[in-house]
Amino acid sequence: MIANHSIAVEFKQVMKSFGAKRVLSDVSFQVGQGQALCLLGRSGTGKSVTLKLIMALMRPDSGEVWVDQDNVVSMREHRLSLVRRKLGYLFQDAALFDSLTLYENLALPLSRLTKKSKDEIDDAIRRVLTDVGLATDGAKYPSALSGGMRKRAGLARALVLEPKILLADEPSSGLDRITAAEIDELLMRCKTERGTALIIVTHDVHGARRIADRVAVLDKGNLVAFGSVEEVSQSESDVARRLITE
Amino acid sequence: MRWLSRLFEFTGKVGLFSLQVLVDSLRPPFEFAQLSRQLAEVGNRSLALIIVSGFALGAVMTLHTRSTLVMFGATAMIPAVQSVAFFVEIGPLVAGLLLAGRVGSGIGAVLANMRASEQIDAIESLSIDSFKFLVVPRVLACVIALPFLTLAMDFAGLLGGFLSEGLSSHIALTLYLNRAFDYLQWSNFIAPTLKTAVFGFIIGSVSSYFGYTTDKGAQGVGEAATNSVVISSLLIILADVILIKCIFFLFPDTAI
Repeated sequence: MIANHSIAVEFKQVMKSFGAKRVLSDVSFQVGQGQALCLLGRSGTGKSVTLKLIMALMRPDSGEVWVDQDNVVSMREHRLSLVRRKLGYLFQDAALFDSLTLYENLALPLSRLTKKSKDEIDDAIRRVLTDVGLATDGAKYPSALSGGMRKRAGLARALVLEPKILLADEPSSGLDRITAAEIDELLMRCKTERGTALIIVTHDVHGARRIADRVAVLDKGNLVAFGSVEEVSQSESDVARRLITE
Repeated sequence: MRWLSRLFEFTGKVGLFSLQVLVDSLRPPFEFAQLSRQLAEVGNRSLALIIVSGFALGAVMTLHTRSTLVMFGATAMIPAVQSVAFFVEIGPLVAGLLLAGRVGSGIGAVLANMRASEQIDAIESLSIDSFKFLVVPRVLACVIALPFLTLAMDFAGLLGGFLSEGLSSHIALTLYLNRAFDYLQWSNFIAPTLKTAVFGFIIGSVSSYFGYTTDKGAQGVGEAATNSVVISSLLIILADVILIKCIFFLFPDTAI
């Protein structure tokens, strides 16, 4: 249970299947505002699906998904777009728009969803690009960026609207350890300075140990462990213990 | 009978998709910046292909027509045959088919790639209606651009015909044009040109449907491109038959 934080995201008995394959089975958890939850688990255990359910890019078969006091499961598109403004999403492969430069990728949400002037938009973009180490790359198209740079650019786009809740799908995959540590540092700053709630899918246990207040371990669609790193490392689940310690 | 149920299912899905395009194109906010970008993509970048094709087709058609009309001593009719053929049928149909090949495949492939690489999900995650942002401007651009491209093809065909005929009979341009437009009424020209807006709607809707709704990852990109061209072309030809009957019904004097 969340003690001193208002609830940012809550899953209540969520089930999700694709055809005959059950991806999430009766999953329940809470994440408080200003907290960081790392989702761990083997590939194909429903971690990315969990993020997409929070963003309502998919709907669960049953259960409730609450985002900042709104149940997004049965919400209509118009209201959903208001909820999504509180969320930032870093996709696994960044999902930058190919036809736009990096600057335009970041300017798109700012110009459409805020009333910022051109100068304010320029300032916001410059600041966030500097934060992710891409200050001089704004004019480049995504095709001209390396995998690691694309990942950082995707993070910049997720952060540019200063969301209350940040969903990140493997933010450090494909990055060298120094850059990965810098990204972790940036995520920590979002959490501590802005009170952003973080939900991070990761295979990087070192990163999870640095960032996470809570760790959730998914295995075959079930939430087999949930708690602090120490609690999960002493979990009854063999998968959870191995994932957090090895 | 399985193929029949799949055909009905497909028809229903494309129909609903097209209906959503119509509804969303009338519902604000309007994506003018995207529409302008797509008009440049669909219109400007297809113009050279359309003009060159029209010119070549016009020249070839005159060569064939001449050899026949010479036998009847009716070579003076060549400009009129050329203009009626191009403005009434060849221009609209060929422009539609060329655009289905060039633009339809592009729309299908681009949207399918955006779906496969989660760019459409990313647009949704930014609180932007991806259907209005990506699909509606593409369909509208096809609807708006195709009548103008058809006109370009018509006049390019006439020019190709004039050059071909000029080399054979040394006919003057003014005489050629006078003869070309002698038999052409406004109704012969306006209705067939405007029917290409329907072709544009078919190209935009069908191609967007295949690209936007694919769920096969990278493999879906190629399939979407191929299906966009094949189905758009087929529907254009079928729609042409229906539209010609409608034009004859509404403008009986156009049935020359």
